[in-house]
This record gives sequence, C-alpha cells and structure tokens, in this order.
Amino acid sequence: MDQTHVEAFADAASDGISFDGIEAQVEGDSYAIETADGSATVVATDEFGDVAADYAPYVTNWYFWHATAPQAEPRWAFLRWLEGAETTPVPERYDALSDGRTTEWGELAVTVSLTEDGGRVYDLRHEADVGTAVDELDTYEDPAAARDVAKHDDRGRYRPLKTAPSLRAGWVFPSLDPAALVEAVHAFYPATVQNWYREREGQLDVTHWHETVERQTGIYGVVKTWDRGEGYEHVNWVAEACCDDSQCLKRREWGYDADTDLDVDGGDGEFPCREPCSLVVSAARKWTKLEAEEPRTYEFELTPSEKEQVEAIVDAVADGRAADIREADTSDGANRYRARFLRAKLFDDDGNLCGVETDADD
Amino acid sequence: MDQALVIAAHGSHLNAESSTPTFSHADTIRATGAFAEVREAFWKEEPSFREGLRTVDAEEVYLVPLFISEGYFTEQVIPREFRLDEWDPELWDSDGTSATHATLTAADTGQTVHYCGPVGTHDSMSDVIVQRAKSVTDDPDVGEGFGLAVVGHGTERNENSAKAIEYHAQRIGEMDRFDEVQALFMDEDPEVDDVTDHFESEDVVVVPLFVADGYHTQEDIPEDMGLTDDYRTGWDTPETVDGHDIWYAGAVGTEPLMADVVLERAADAGADVSGAIEQVRQATGDGNPATGD
Repeated sequence: MDQTHVEAFADAASDGISFDGIEAQVEGDSYAIETADGSATVVATDEFGDVAADYAPYVTNWYFWHATAPQAEPRWAFLRWLEGAETTPVPERYDALSDGRTTEWGELAVTVSLTEDGGRVYDLRHEADVGTAVDELDTYEDPAAARDVAKHDDRGRYRPLKTAPSLRAGWVFPSLDPAALVEAVHAFYPATVQNWYREREGQLDVTHWHETVERQTGIYGVVKTWDRGEGYEHVNWVAEACCDDSQCLKRREWGYDADTDLDVDGGDGEFPCREPCSLVVSAARKWTKLEAEEPRTYEFELTPSEKEQVEAIVDAVADGRAADIREADTSDGANRYRARFLRAKLFDDDGNLCGVETDADD
Repeated sequence: MDQALVIAAHGSHLNAESSTPTFSHADTIRATGAFAEVREAFWKEEPSFREGLRTVDAEEVYLVPLFISEGYFTEQVIPREFRLDEWDPELWDSDGTSATHATLTAADTGQTVHYCGPVGTHDSMSDVIVQRAKSVTDDPDVGEGFGLAVVGHGTERNENSAKAIEYHAQRIGEMDRFDEVQALFMDEDPEVDDVTDHFESEDVVVVPLFVADGYHTQEDIPEDMGLTDDYRTGWDTPETVDGHDIWYAGAVGTEPLMADVVLERAADAGADVSGAIEQVRQATGDGNPATGD
C-alpha cells in the first residue's frame, strides 16, 4: 500500500465508503472506520495515514475495485466473480489470492493473484495446463495474441465456433492486468462475459429458434419452411447435433419458442447461449433442404457385423473420433482399413452401396 | 462522452483468413486512441452482429460496415441484426454509391448508433485502390505506361455491386494517373477472363474490390485471367498473359490504408477522429489526402 491508496481512500471517505466489509466516514475532525470483523477506530483526519496500514487489505481492495479495475458493469462483475468477491470477506480472500485463486471459464483457467501493492495480476491459460510451469508454455503478453491462439485447433483446423471445446493448449498469458484479462477472454469467447452478466441480472435477451428462423432472409430464408407447426423434433435433432457440450461450451438457453423447451440437454456451461448462432442457422439451411426429401425403401444385404460397422463409422465421425483410431486397430469398425475393405467389397464402380442406385426409379 | 467504433464484417465459417483484414484495420485504429473502444462484429464469426454492440461500453457507437457495396447486407442484414429498428434505407438517400450515415437507437442496448455507409462506396476507397497498385508494383509513382483494372463480382446478387466498381474506376480514370482504367467483372461483361483484350498498355495492375482474400481472389480470378492453370501452384507478380504483364494485387481490403476509409466513414458521421486520420494516413499510405483532390 502506498500514499496514492491512502489519499484516494481518505478522499472518498469524505463522502462515505461502504465496500467489501469496510465502512469509513468523516465525523467532525475524525475518520470513523469500521470493518466487518468488528474492528473499529476513530482517528483524527490528519493521522489517518498512520493507521491506514492497519487496514491495508481493505484499503488496497477498495482502491483496486474503484481505481484500477474496469468500471463497466459486466467486466467489473466478472472480475469480482473470479475472486469470489461477493462471497469471501477480504481477509480470507487475500489469503486465497496470495496463493492464486483459479476459476474455469469454458476451457480457460484464470488464476488471480495479489500484486505487492494490493492490486491484481491474472494468469490465463488452457485448463489442461493448470500446474504446468510457465517456461514450459508459449508465453504471450498482448491480449490480441489470443485471437491467433484461438483460430486453429491442435491439428491446425480452423475453429469457426469460438466456444467449441477444441481450444488448443500449450500457451499462457502469465501476467495480464484486469482490463487485458477481460480483453483476452473476449478474444477467446466473444461476448460471453456480457451475456453471463445479463443473465445474472435477470436480463438475458433470449431469442428462441422459431423467432430466429422467422427473421432469416436471403439464402437462409428457406429455413422458415422447416417449421411446419408439426412439433419441434427437428430442432431437438439440431440441438443434439450442434449444441451439446461436446460441440459447444455455451449453455443453451433457447428453446423452440418461449413456451416450448427442447427435449435435449442444454449443457452445463458457465455462460449462456441466447439464440441459435450462425453455424446452427447455416447447418439448418442444409437440413431444411435435405429433410424436404421423402424417405424411400432401399434393400441392402449386409452381414450383422457390416451393419454394426456402418453404425460404428457414423458414431466415430459424429464424435470426432475417426482420426484418433489407430491404423492397425481393426477391432474398431471405423478403422480406416476396415472402412476401405467395406468399400472394396460393397461399393460398385459408381460408389453405390451394394450396387443399389440412389435414384433407380427415376 | 466516450465514443466507440464497431466494424461490421462478413467473416467466414470456412476460411480462417477472412476476418484478418478486419482485425488488422481495427488494430490500426485502436492504436490511434481515437475511440475509447474499437470492436469487430461478424455475420459468420463471433461476436455476431447480434451481440456486437453489447461488447462496447460506450453509449455512442459508430458502426462501419466493412463491405464493398450497398445493398442486401448494408440495407437489410446489418440494421436488422444490430436491432436498429428505426432503420429505413431512405435514411441514407443513396443512389447506390452515395450512402452517408443515419443515427439510430439499438433496441437491445439503447446505445446511440451512427450507422455509416460501407467502406466500399466511400470516395476515399478510390485512393486505397491506387495505393494497392503502388504496393503491388512497389512503385509510389505507378501510373504512366500502366493500365488499371478494378474487378468486382458483378450483378449476380446485387446491382449496386457493379455500381461501386464502376464508380471507383471512373474516379480513378479522372485522376489521369493511369493510361487506362477499366471496370471488369466476374459474372458479367466486360469480364475479367478477357482482361488483356481490354488494355493496350503492356503493364496492367488488377485490383479486385473485395474485403478479404479467399476463394474469389485467390482461386477464381487468378485462374480466370490465365495467371495460372491451378491456383495451388501460384503465379508470378507480374505474370505474363498474352504479351501483357499482369500485376495482380489481391483483395484491396488487405491494404493497410483501408483503415483510413473506416475512419473517414466515422468522421463523416460526426466522430472526432481528425488526428487519427492524419496518423493512419502517415502510417499506411504516403501521407497524401486519401480523397486525392
């Protein structure tokens, strides 16, 4: 704590301070100071600096939240939440922060620690790297670097959905100030802090599926035709395909419409999803066209194992597991050799399964 | 009162580099400190258009579309998605290339939004095209002995798309800088496929009026012009086609001076950015006024 903290605190106390367990106000020529742990002091105004040291954690805490931390409400509330400020009294909180307090946000792990002068410093990394020494990770200082870290997964594939659980590990921002921390979090998970805050305040503006598709125009206008007033099973399938926690870390809060929840799980994420995103709408456009087709009966001859193998291949692709199946693991139906054998045996020269043409009747 | 800038761009589900120019121009403007906050919002990426405004704290926001032409996106999609409910295309009173700005209130955040015309139809865009020609030839005096082709989509989806291309081609022609200036299109006449038919000059600079490099600028147009049979094998700059040297510039939107056009749009709508404009011109152009005259 230095003179700046004391002066700012004394200055604010003239209007009265009541914050995080400390109360201070001017009474005549004195300051009256009282803390949540029962300590109370009355000190002459010109001697305040001498006793302020006794209240150093409270004074620096007040200073940090009023003079250092970003004041915009969503950011402020997020930073407060990261250190449990609304639930943990200052003395216990400072004990915890001296060792670093870690909170997960999607796949991010944020560790907030105290600085020497009672400020805060934030370590931001992948949750998988908690406990790894900083010098073993790629180190960044500029929060804008988060954009590049977030752009591709660990196999080099572009991540169009920022909240997909495919953030690569192996990097760290070891010492961000509070504003830079929130910037970096925004780069990894845009707008999640703002929507989380709105939800906490009971003001999350959810736009449900039906309303979202009704709004679409241009090439996406066709999605409107998929809602036929015959239920919402198709939207269950969309949400199961795209919005499951295995695909997106946002917690889905939208349903079919304001009166109709979906039957599939919305997920357990910390931050909410307030409407179908552009990836969902874009995929829905494809499904709207595909689902306009009428089913037909095809006849294929498969061995029981071949039927199961087709199911195993669909499962492996749907779960993003296909590339992880070992080359020689022929016990897995989605193994590449197994799939190639199936194709060699059952496809004709035009790629038709069992030689059955797709449009044989046309 | 704090002012914020939000740049609205298309982005992509498939192409990782689509948003790169947006971030890079935003970084340039951020560095000037002219706005309390500068944010990007995307149609296909995040934050989405729907959630772009809530990511800035300022009550007053300048919203600049990083789009080339006026039409579907600037007149329907962006105002709708940003919830500018009072929007009406009449507010811009544009003939297709003369959009100005409109001051509206966002229904979800209550912020005052100065909704600006797209960068592509601002007059200073002509100077970015010229700057792009300087960059690709590495010659600050490029012009004499050179032809310039400004290339666009054409009318496939939007008649104003061609208007923006023709508008800048005409303006650059009037500068008397290049021996010849032509507007060429991908899907209508005069077509970019026949680029050499349209120029007498041996050297021709070709500048596609696109925001980002992607399928059209890096695959389609180079192959159509005969720079290469297969985009994956690349091409030289310049590349010889039918006896002409073609200096293919790639998307104009990647030119650093584009940041100036974003600022010009905000300035036209009342943002206090004159210092920033000077700074950005010095850093990204040759210091001459972007409007050229």
